[in-house]
Amino acid sequence: MTAIGDWPLARRVRAAATRFTTPLLPDDYLTLFNPLWSVRELRGRVVSVTPEAEDAATLVVEPGWGWTFEHTAGQYIGIGVEIEGRFHWRSYSLTTPPARDGRRLVVTVRAMPEGFASRHLVHGIAPGTIVRLAPPQGEFVLPDPLPGKVLMLTAGSGITPIMAMLRTLDRRHGAGSLADVTVVHSAPDAERALFADELELLARRHPGWRVVQRHTATDGRLELAPGPREGSPRADRATGSSPRVGLDDVVPDWRERRTWACGPAAMLDDAEKLWADAGLTEALHLERFSADLSGGEAEGGTITFARSGKTVEVDGATTVLAAGEDAGIPMPFGCRMGICHTCVAPLRTGAVRDLRDGTEHRVAGEGATDSSHIAVQTCVTAAAGDCVIDL
Amino acid sequence: MAISDITEFAHLTEADVEALGEEFDQIRRDVEASRGEADAEYIRSIIRTQRRLNIAGRVALFGSPIPPLWMAGAALLGVAKILENMEIGHNVMHGQWDWMNDPEIHSATWEWDNVCPAEQWKHSHNYLHHTYTNVLGKDKDVGYEILRVTSDQKWNPVNLGQPVFNTLLMLLFQHGVAIHDLDIEGLLRRDIEDPEEFKAKLEQVGRKMRHQMGKDYILFPLLTGPFFLTTLTANMAANLIRNVWSYAIIFCGHFPDGAEVFTESQLEDETSGEWYLRQLLGSANFTGGRLMHVMSGSLGYQIEHHLFPDLPSNRYPEIAERVTAICEKYDLPYTTGSFPKQFWKSIRTIWRLALPNKKFAAEQQAHEAEGLRRENATTTPSAEAAARVAA
Repeated sequence: MTAIGDWPLARRVRAAATRFTTPLLPDDYLTLFNPLWSVRELRGRVVSVTPEAEDAATLVVEPGWGWTFEHTAGQYIGIGVEIEGRFHWRSYSLTTPPARDGRRLVVTVRAMPEGFASRHLVHGIAPGTIVRLAPPQGEFVLPDPLPGKVLMLTAGSGITPIMAMLRTLDRRHGAGSLADVTVVHSAPDAERALFADELELLARRHPGWRVVQRHTATDGRLELAPGPREGSPRADRATGSSPRVGLDDVVPDWRERRTWACGPAAMLDDAEKLWADAGLTEALHLERFSADLSGGEAEGGTITFARSGKTVEVDGATTVLAAGEDAGIPMPFGCRMGICHTCVAPLRTGAVRDLRDGTEHRVAGEGATDSSHIAVQTCVTAAAGDCVIDL
Repeated sequence: MAISDITEFAHLTEADVEALGEEFDQIRRDVEASRGEADAEYIRSIIRTQRRLNIAGRVALFGSPIPPLWMAGAALLGVAKILENMEIGHNVMHGQWDWMNDPEIHSATWEWDNVCPAEQWKHSHNYLHHTYTNVLGKDKDVGYEILRVTSDQKWNPVNLGQPVFNTLLMLLFQHGVAIHDLDIEGLLRRDIEDPEEFKAKLEQVGRKMRHQMGKDYILFPLLTGPFFLTTLTANMAANLIRNVWSYAIIFCGHFPDGAEVFTESQLEDETSGEWYLRQLLGSANFTGGRLMHVMSGSLGYQIEHHLFPDLPSNRYPEIAERVTAICEKYDLPYTTGSFPKQFWKSIRTIWRLALPNKKFAAEQQAHEAEGLRRENATTTPSAEAAARVAA
């Protein structure tokens, strides 16, 4: 994860320095001189905040030590921002190509109506602010070699990972790029459409690229569900002033394309079903901005929070984090989707299971000392039998 | 006999104790709801100051053969260690700052600058001492297994050496703290309860000692080259300053006159109101200015700290105002005095109890049997209120 850690001499210097700074790390002293000189927690300095379409802003962040700039277009990073003394974490797709030049990270944030962290990032953050960062993650990336024909299906701020891909492709020329790309992007109206001008510009520069921008307030919603559902509010809306527009109307050859889709959960659910019904599940790549905790089934059991002296009975679907919070324990938490590792706590005894993929984490023995515990991410794990968490 | 029924001892009714508990709960809720930016800035500024003092002390010792620099270095380092161990380490490990959601200032990750491993401290102090406060046979802080601090502890000829043990404990305080979580009582009986655990904990202490002593007594002296010896002695002085000071502060917490001890039967069916009452009656404060309180880890507010061990220490002064008001309302003692006076009281008790002092024991027992003296011997606040209503 850390560039410095990969460099043997630096690693040795660091280990030697730690002998002098113990029990602290050299980073803890270096941050007195420059807040970015730490690899203990990745940090970044906000360089600029540029307002985008209504209620959105593009943040440029200069990362500190330990950042490798080795992300792939389509991946997201975690940003931890301090609000009223407390760190709050959110994940945002990087919108720039992975390039070392410039050494800046760019994300575009939309202020969510209920989301005070995103609201703070859009409206309340000043250039110069130090934020915490979590390294790039995510499988929502273009394959190598590139596929022949591609559809990018997005809505709202779901355009952000796609922008990184398009900009990366735009930068490559000729053979390294994609000849046939269709982008279908929906936004409520022109004021709230992100990157509208840039998308048009890209379409003009690349003859094989087609961009369809839809404004749902006037054009109606692009219907991905197989047919209007009886009694559903969406069916009612579809029968209103605007005619029902389906994917076949906009992209007749969508079945021939590999598709990358990002947007609200309901849209992705519909897309998943549409592609599944067409027998094309393999051709669809989705990005959801929440952890998919259906990858494993835990057994449930009794979780004992050793330091708080509290014990709770939980089922296999309740995360350790949720169980602790319900019991009134001040649990550390971050992104709540398993990326930022803020919620990590020591597992003393027993086992927990990762709900994303079913991996079991088990402590062997009685766990009386520091040598026999493992750190687990409480936001994505649940009890697999009885276990003891040291919080 | 120590106190075995705190409600009876305090001459309160069960309803009074319940109401008292609710008032303390309300203080907790109010403080928790108002934690914010100013609190976070408080602990960060203390941490910054502490690290700067540490650097300044280390730098000063590059001139350690020059007496004023030797003294400045020792003093700066001593103060840095005091701040780190008390206002920062002790309080961070209590979880006072966990609400900030910052892994760098969190009870799960903090390791303090002395030879005691944080993990063992959190067990012996946060769990045993703060749960079973002043309960004979449960709280190892009642005399630290080597001192007789209440006549409820049976006199043994070995107690004659108490003034000497006490002085040694003062001089070597960090080492005393380091072995605090070990089963020393079992070791003396030659019947250690869990030899494997004992060994593992001892190894952990050994590791921490090697790191700490290596830093202070080998590496930093070597770094100053020809001034090895003078730097070494200055570092020893710094550790000694911290040892003596933290010993003195901590002995003022539960040993002065007025801090009560309890029997295990008090723990049976103890209500949360009674738990608060035990913390209140078992602890003693001392008075002082803001600097004095910061330098003593806010333990001059020992009562408030025991009532709310995980609320931020910078809030103890305002909590103290509300606690004293509650004490007045319920006619409960609030034990406090100047630091020298409180320290003298605890030392006097330790010297007295070196002898099988029958008169002193009789006095203590009479006090415990009689309960708290009240101006209005038999009326309790609720009875008073009832009388007022009746009138």
